[in-house]
Amino acid sequence: MNIRAQIATVFHLDKCIGCHTCSIACKNLWTDRKGAEYMWWNNVETKPGTGYPTRWEDQEQYRGGWERVGSQLRLKMGGRGGTLGKIFHNPSLPTMDDYYEPFTFKYDDLTNAPAGDDQPTARPVSMVSGKPMKIEAGPNWDDDLSGSTVYAANDPGVVQLSEEEQQQLFAIEKMVFFHLPRICNHCLNAGCVAACPSGAIYKRGEDGIVLVDQDKCRGWRMCVSGCPYKKTYYGWSTGKSEKCILCYPRQEAGEAPACFHSCVGRIRYLGVLLYDADRIEATAMQEDGELAAAQREMILDPFDPQVQREAARCGIAEEVLAAAQASPVYKFVKQWGIALPLHPEFRTLPMLFYVPPLLPVLSVESQGTQKLADDFFTTLERARLPIRYLAGLFAGGNEEEVKAVYRRLIAVRIQRRQQGVGDQSEAEAARAREIAGLSAEQVEAIYRMTALTSIKERIVIPPMLRDRAVEAGTDPEAYRQEMGFGRRQAPKRRW
Amino acid sequence: MSWIKDIVDPKSRKWEEFYRNRNQCDKVVRSTHGVNCTGGCSWNVHVKDGIVGWELQATDYPPLEEGLPPYEPRGCQRGISFSWYLYSPLRVKYPYLRGVLTDLWRAAKARHNDPVAAWAAIVEDEASRKSYQRARGKGGFRRSSWEEVEEIIAASTVYTIKKYGADRLVGFSPIPAMSMLSFAGGSRFMQLLGGANLSFYDWYCDLPNASPEIWGEQTDVAESADWYNSKYIAVMGSNVNVTRTPDAHFLAEARHNGAKVTVLSPDFSVTSKHADWWIPAHAGQDGAFWMAVNHVILSEFHHGAKTPYFMDYLKRYSDTPFLIQLEQRDGAYTPGRLAQAGSLERYAGEDNADFKYLVFDAPSGQPRMPLGTLGFRWQKKKGEWNLQMQDGQDGSPIDPALSLLESHDEVLQVAFDDFADGKTVRRGVPVRYLETAQGRVPVATVFDLLMAQFGVGRGLQGDYPKSYDAETSAYTPAWQEKYTGIDRANVVQFAREWAATAEKTQGKCSIIIGAGINHWYHANLTYRAGIVSLMLCGCVGKNGGGLNHYVGQEKLAPVAPWATIMGAMDWVKPPRFQNAPSYHYVHSDQWRYERTADEVKINPAARRSPITEGHTIDHQIRAVRNGWLPFYPQFDRSPSEAVKQAVAAGAKDNQAIVDWTVKQLAEKKMKFAVEDPDAPENWPRMWIIWRGNALMSSAKGHEYFLKHYLGTHTNTIAPETAADSVKDVVWRDQGPEGKLDLVVDINFRMDTSALYSDIVLPTATWYEKDDLNSTDMHSFIHPLQAAVPPCWEARSDWDIFKGLAKKVSELAETHLPEPVRDIVAVPLAHDTPAEMAQPTIKDWSKGECEPIPGKTMPNFVVVERDYKNLYNRFISFGPAARQNGIGAHGLSWSIEDFYDELLQTRPTVQWGGQEYPALSEAKDAANVILHLAPETNGEAAYRAYQAEEVKVGLPLADLAEKSRNVRTRFSDLDRQPRRLLNSPCWSGLTENGRAYSAYCLNVERLVPWRTLTGRQHFYLDHESYIAFGEHLPTYKPKPDPSVLQDFVATREQGKSIMLNYLTPHGKWSIHSTYGDNHRMLTLSRGCHPFWLNDRDAAEIGVADNDWVEVYNDHGVVVTRAIVSSRLPRGIAFLYHSPERTVGVPKSPLRGNRRGGGHNSLNRIRLKPNLMVGGYGQFTYGWNYWGPTGANRDTFILVRRLDGEPQW
Repeated sequence: MNIRAQIATVFHLDKCIGCHTCSIACKNLWTDRKGAEYMWWNNVETKPGTGYPTRWEDQEQYRGGWERVGSQLRLKMGGRGGTLGKIFHNPSLPTMDDYYEPFTFKYDDLTNAPAGDDQPTARPVSMVSGKPMKIEAGPNWDDDLSGSTVYAANDPGVVQLSEEEQQQLFAIEKMVFFHLPRICNHCLNAGCVAACPSGAIYKRGEDGIVLVDQDKCRGWRMCVSGCPYKKTYYGWSTGKSEKCILCYPRQEAGEAPACFHSCVGRIRYLGVLLYDADRIEATAMQEDGELAAAQREMILDPFDPQVQREAARCGIAEEVLAAAQASPVYKFVKQWGIALPLHPEFRTLPMLFYVPPLLPVLSVESQGTQKLADDFFTTLERARLPIRYLAGLFAGGNEEEVKAVYRRLIAVRIQRRQQGVGDQSEAEAARAREIAGLSAEQVEAIYRMTALTSIKERIVIPPMLRDRAVEAGTDPEAYRQEMGFGRRQAPKRRW
Repeated sequence: MSWIKDIVDPKSRKWEEFYRNRNQCDKVVRSTHGVNCTGGCSWNVHVKDGIVGWELQATDYPPLEEGLPPYEPRGCQRGISFSWYLYSPLRVKYPYLRGVLTDLWRAAKARHNDPVAAWAAIVEDEASRKSYQRARGKGGFRRSSWEEVEEIIAASTVYTIKKYGADRLVGFSPIPAMSMLSFAGGSRFMQLLGGANLSFYDWYCDLPNASPEIWGEQTDVAESADWYNSKYIAVMGSNVNVTRTPDAHFLAEARHNGAKVTVLSPDFSVTSKHADWWIPAHAGQDGAFWMAVNHVILSEFHHGAKTPYFMDYLKRYSDTPFLIQLEQRDGAYTPGRLAQAGSLERYAGEDNADFKYLVFDAPSGQPRMPLGTLGFRWQKKKGEWNLQMQDGQDGSPIDPALSLLESHDEVLQVAFDDFADGKTVRRGVPVRYLETAQGRVPVATVFDLLMAQFGVGRGLQGDYPKSYDAETSAYTPAWQEKYTGIDRANVVQFAREWAATAEKTQGKCSIIIGAGINHWYHANLTYRAGIVSLMLCGCVGKNGGGLNHYVGQEKLAPVAPWATIMGAMDWVKPPRFQNAPSYHYVHSDQWRYERTADEVKINPAARRSPITEGHTIDHQIRAVRNGWLPFYPQFDRSPSEAVKQAVAAGAKDNQAIVDWTVKQLAEKKMKFAVEDPDAPENWPRMWIIWRGNALMSSAKGHEYFLKHYLGTHTNTIAPETAADSVKDVVWRDQGPEGKLDLVVDINFRMDTSALYSDIVLPTATWYEKDDLNSTDMHSFIHPLQAAVPPCWEARSDWDIFKGLAKKVSELAETHLPEPVRDIVAVPLAHDTPAEMAQPTIKDWSKGECEPIPGKTMPNFVVVERDYKNLYNRFISFGPAARQNGIGAHGLSWSIEDFYDELLQTRPTVQWGGQEYPALSEAKDAANVILHLAPETNGEAAYRAYQAEEVKVGLPLADLAEKSRNVRTRFSDLDRQPRRLLNSPCWSGLTENGRAYSAYCLNVERLVPWRTLTGRQHFYLDHESYIAFGEHLPTYKPKPDPSVLQDFVATREQGKSIMLNYLTPHGKWSIHSTYGDNHRMLTLSRGCHPFWLNDRDAAEIGVADNDWVEVYNDHGVVVTRAIVSSRLPRGIAFLYHSPERTVGVPKSPLRGNRRGGGHNSLNRIRLKPNLMVGGYGQFTYGWNYWGPTGANRDTFILVRRLDGEPQW
């Protein structure tokens, strides 16, 4: 066994309100610079929708992630030979139009406009060219079903539904959307790392955070192509690629990453997972529908004495093991099985998991009158979104995976209703638990984690052992004495 | 796989410093955002190199009781983008003055040494006055200096006081809770001058009139954590996930805790996704849904099951057992007034006997007079104003009969109005007869009238529906289908689940409601329909239950000391506090654009009578004459001039001055200004705007503001239609344009109001000043603090007004050297004995009664202004506070010792031989407030409860016993958010981490509501409500577009479609703030788009992101369209509230002029029955009562803009 510690995360989509506070926390701190304007290391999408960059999920277009070729895994964009061949011409690279042309406004005209005979206004201008422009795209252009007939209808997941299902999705009876926040998945089998011709991208051994070395990056942009989630970005001013760093400087100080800290829906959980790195390739080779389960399978039980011994042997510190035991992510993903990876069929083994959303019951339209299904709560059978759509997002098409999650979420509500109001019988609650495969204690634990936890319980950052990390290169005392002296210098830019 | 890098190679990993360096900052300062969002979130502002870098939420709120989710983090996408403003090109960095006015001023100053004379020279020359008025909003700003602009403002102020009267000065700043001291600085300045401050809560249409109607309370609601205690939540007209972003998690979490969530919303809103049931009721028809729900609840739970919990609750806490007299009219009986104890021989000798009301005692079968009603509140003997069900005469217990069904003398056929079908039905109601001094009078309980109104037959004769399926009978589940589009079966199921949950949990059902409802013309009725379901099921005054109205950040927690400072009542009172809806309706001349005939159709009345008839402006005039509503300017002359005239006529003292004034009014030798608002002497003259966007985001009828207030270009084409409809008002054929001499805007960003003002003053942002912030969404109080000093030449609002006060004082040395007496007209006020002033409507001006100040007409108070010492007074906490004490809601207590403590322990100022606690700095004022407020000083709370005990006669002070030693200072708030203490100024209870929920004090401690009966009112006993047919909960249909006068002059241009125009609160701004912020514009569509349904769009050939022109008589908007199936057909959204200043092209339809904002498409319309006053809970309070700025009943046409937009 080659046991590794990974800082992994869960987004509870049922709680997400699509507010984008996370996006701006990140933007303020990391990408508010020339050349980085269009980068949203954290973005939030409306589903159904085409997202950012548009239709990023469509790997026939973008060729991101991995595919199985015989008994081998291969980058969909081609092997290393293939990528080198594309250095100067890469047709599957997203263009500015696939993202958006960053824009601003001539705000100072309001103060400086000379006297005239009409009111001045601040015109939109391109942040790239500085010229007036018509704004035709943005990082959240299809927000809350904006332009639904153009965007939601062309969601790659929607396009796979039957004609009838597609039609219904935009009628009042089944109308629905939810939000999908996205950051770098810090994958175990990261496409970006594999694709980089310069070897500039690496996965930190101590926590699994994937970084683009800003000194080494040569701006070939193969990482942009190789990442099926389109979570690496090319800095058009610096000539370097950048991506989400999971706020390692904040985590090193014991603080939650900015997007986690600022998540006002309290949907974000962070913690350590232990896994066996020797099983990465075998796991990534599974059938599409088996990938979610396989990924869950390779996560190790930090309470298992054998795992603990092996972990120690592999150099996992005791404190990190303790953090793994306190990890909410372990509970969501492994113990309760209610969080699933996004598009596991991309085979990068993403380390961000999603609890799917509960959505209102559907209705039936008759002569202008809506009749809602008479279920008391949201149900699995009469949910507004086809299970097939969700299975396509979170389970490689395996509907059973998604159903299992919903049965558990519903069991939680029934048990709590039974306890808090009493109009559901204990027998009903027991039946719901049985269908869900949960104990009453597990239901209680899920409820508490979902509703009651404070930030320190939601976000369990392992000690980053900075003293020891520094010591590998410098005497920590000397480091302390000298830190901060010297001038800040940005990495060398290519042009 | 080989990409894991274990080895910490110092060289290869050294680059990681790159991101570490960015993250490092020098300090973190706690502040918040002073924006009307209700968030009141605690933020950490990160400062690096002396520059504000970014903000992140504080997460250190003290936890509430075990089992409630914590309050962290709080703060949304808008708040987190605030730091963008500080250094952006939108920032107002220096004082600016319009170039035309700059030239005029400098030229006038060259000719006149005296600034007041210079100002007079400009404004008294019509050509020069017009020249700078016409330039408003059209560029040409010049950088000025503080000295120059302060001098102009002070000169204009002094000029106006001398020439027209101080009440021609007007100040507007909204929502004090968001930054209390910044608000108070300006209002204190204005009130020391004698100017008028305008209300905001009603103007913004945030005031839910149903709340004062039912509870006698402006608004009181649960903090968001209490949603979590709820087990059935109905959300309507409130997009919690978008507009209550920091608290939305409690809704999601409540669901996982077993609550059922239902969302009524015409569109699939972001909140709908958290619903078990998304009920897509048609826009504005929620009232019909709730009326039918109530029909089912009454049928099954009250008549059928006689649910003990509900029946008991109704008896104790509502007016349902009270007796209503039935009056005979046109051959049928109608519900009339509350039966008065004074009409019975037994009680005739009681103090205030006509304001004590009757129930039937079931065991004795006799009418009895329970404690706690209005008469007990204002009687001489204190301690009987409580909710014990005891006879007020002998203390004997009363067991009130809810219904007389089992013990009636007779069943009478009573007429009930059905406004939906425009008909009257007659239904049997069980009555008893009272032997009164006026004879034998039939009376019915409110409960029995409710049953009849809702059509619950109970075997009685009359026009009752036979079943839930009776489609033509009002309020059945079948009836509501044609209004809501929701199947009857869902209504029945909803009602059963709702009531069953309430029964099982003793009231844990709640409604979250918001602007989506409150902005409709008949919002008060829709609210009432929902509140009825809460009261019927015993959900009010319960944790997890009640009406949670979140519209506007109305809760200013330390209200008592703050109000004293804000209104300058430590020096002079009463203040001039005007309700803005009336002010703008009258002064911006919007009344000139409506006809009586149309207004009558919009607000159908049960019967035509002098009460209901006439043009709204005439209703407004009556309301002022009768003392129901204030109005400034008061008279057709300066109020200090009036005093001089009285003195010249021989008035020796203040009483004689008042007498003279009343006589002049009675003889019509002096007129109220409102009677001739377009006469130049009655115009408002100088307007200072701060902390708000008064000319755009809150300017309903914006284009009329531009025309009549500013005298600049306007895009309205509406014809004036009032001439033939008005009676009492003086009609002038030429509507005046450009009433205002000077418009001053205090701002940190160049918004529309700034752009259209004459002077823009740069103010400190929320990261550059000290202030206080509270909200109803949580129970903490937060500081705003200066993370960096005010940037460029900005100053805090407090300091700006302090500076203006100083300049005015300087000019007063010459112009107003002596104290000036001023007569202040004030309306009959809520929470005073004036609640007993006018049980019937009589008009002294028509000879129906005597003009008696404070009784049949406004009160008049002579006060003294000291302009020379205006500055000194501004910075000193005056002696009147020590002498009079402080208070709120009719409760007051002494603060002498606290005042003296301030003198001992806090900074002081000395002048005129006296020493006062200092208010020189905003932080000083904050500390004075914190030291005096019961919410932050435990001893003050204890004392306030003791004062309340005297009135109520039951123990209450124990509620503050445990926190008596708590004292909070501003520096404590910096350390950690502090939770508010229990206080009798508020109705919820917070001890031991309990979540605040409104009216728990009333339910648990038997403190009466501040209403006629002291209980919650189903029945609204007021002549006007009876005349309008709103005495019982009812449904009035949405106004038909043909009567709204949106298209009198507009013709359809090109391929257009007519849609109902809605302006809900959106995702990318808080009102207009943040909407111009680069972050928000990037994450939305780079504009404020116009949303419409895909099929509606297809009809007019509009594709997503096409430019469109949206137009009607009032104005035009040019923007890009969002085409979305999320919206149903027939309605359109333009989210509140765009600026005209960012990315708005010109409109070909209106002469190629710049397009407007959302308020360019509407006009204010007042609902006359909300103007009444002088009786019970229907008496005036500023921001508390009065007609609201309803704007949702508006229609527009939209078409595709051909070709490229012109800029």
